[in-house]
Amino acid sequence: MSTAPRQFSRLAALATVLLVCVAGAAVLPDDRADVFYSSYQGGGMDITGESVLVRKKFTENFALEGNYYIDKVSGASVDVLSNASVIKDERKQKSISVDYIHDKTQYNLSYTNSVERDYISNTTHFSLSQDMFGDLTTITLGFTNSDDKVGENDGTAFKPIITWLGHAQSRSYQGGLSQVLTRNLIASASLEVITDQGFLMNPYRSIRYLDPTVPLGYSLGTQVYPNTHTSTAVEGRAKYYLPYRAAASVSYRYYSDTWGIRGNTVEVDYTQPLSNIWILEGRVRHYSQNHATFYSDLFPFAGSQNFEARDQDLAASTNTTVGAKVTYAFLPEGWKIFKRGTVTADLSRIQFKYGDFRDIKEFNDTPAGGNFAPGTEPLYGFYATVYQIYLSMFF
Amino acid sequence: MTLGAIGSAVLLGACSIQPWVKPYERDRLADPIMSWDRDAISGAYVDHIYESREASRGATGTAGGGCGCN
Repeated sequence: MSTAPRQFSRLAALATVLLVCVAGAAVLPDDRADVFYSSYQGGGMDITGESVLVRKKFTENFALEGNYYIDKVSGASVDVLSNASVIKDERKQKSISVDYIHDKTQYNLSYTNSVERDYISNTTHFSLSQDMFGDLTTITLGFTNSDDKVGENDGTAFKPIITWLGHAQSRSYQGGLSQVLTRNLIASASLEVITDQGFLMNPYRSIRYLDPTVPLGYSLGTQVYPNTHTSTAVEGRAKYYLPYRAAASVSYRYYSDTWGIRGNTVEVDYTQPLSNIWILEGRVRHYSQNHATFYSDLFPFAGSQNFEARDQDLAASTNTTVGAKVTYAFLPEGWKIFKRGTVTADLSRIQFKYGDFRDIKEFNDTPAGGNFAPGTEPLYGFYATVYQIYLSMFF
Repeated sequence: MTLGAIGSAVLLGACSIQPWVKPYERDRLADPIMSWDRDAISGAYVDHIYESREASRGATGTAGGGCGCN
């Protein structure tokens, strides 16, 4: 018998016990409307995003949130480029979320639909948060179900011919604990287990294998992935209020999955307000992972093992982000229906480095050539620049 | 089973714990600069950037906040 139902019944029992400690009432956040613009440039890709979000309380216990997001992609990452495909695509995402509060319990139900011409995803999420122990502790339990339809564009960017390849289903179980430790310090821990099954690979990426019969010395072939994947991630974080009205936070996340990947993420943030008008923030984030057990940059021959991948996301890699953000608050006295407004600009620079993913586009697969023997090309790496600018109105 | 019973007893016992940070001492925690994620739209976007380029996923924060300011 699977241990999953047993674990779930333990979680349910824990939730029941925790709900016994109910007293007082929680509140919903302020009504707001946001208009958002973002840009990502790096690794051969240029992505712009536009989004609108509206959140409105209808009673003190009930709120609705709607979000529409569209991003436009041009270019393609290096492993897709090396397979001579160019992407120009658009993703439209709609989501609706309902929050309901009863006493100290907050319920959230949301539905998200995301559509690209070769990928359709439908996600449903439910979570329950409980304040307890004099409101010093919040426990959250959540569940997410996602059904995806995966396709491939066999035509061109302007005249697509979509072949549907299969479905992927994902289920996620989340648990979290947030704890006030002192009047200046708050900490939280969260756990998320995600299981996927179905068509899990990126159809635009290929393996490469040694092939002495061609001038380059290698050929490209089809990836083969397992059709199941389970991951576990644990994160701990703490935020401290400094004596001169500023905040510093630190977080660490450990990740492991059944494909043999282990990941570590560390982030440090600092927030400094200037009077009541400006908020300045800085952050540094570092991430590292090892490669999946079935990943290789260069296989000895096609079909040399059961599962074969050369997706750069599954390679050994590190990345480091340095970011800065500034928020300007206006209309402190309010205007018409609005209580206040803010404008925020955020700029990040990310350096990606790969430990066993080689740059075959730049050095070997171009007419200029690089005269590198297969497997000796320089390792791939790139910089990305990300900026966001958004207007938030609170009412 | 025994462990479960002990765990339940401990948790129920904790119901009587008095808050060591009183409601009137939570002004700093209620300051917007102490929020984990002031702007959901930006937080979701940043998560999406990393999830698209890293194998790691999940556990990027506890939903529902919990500054204990209510």
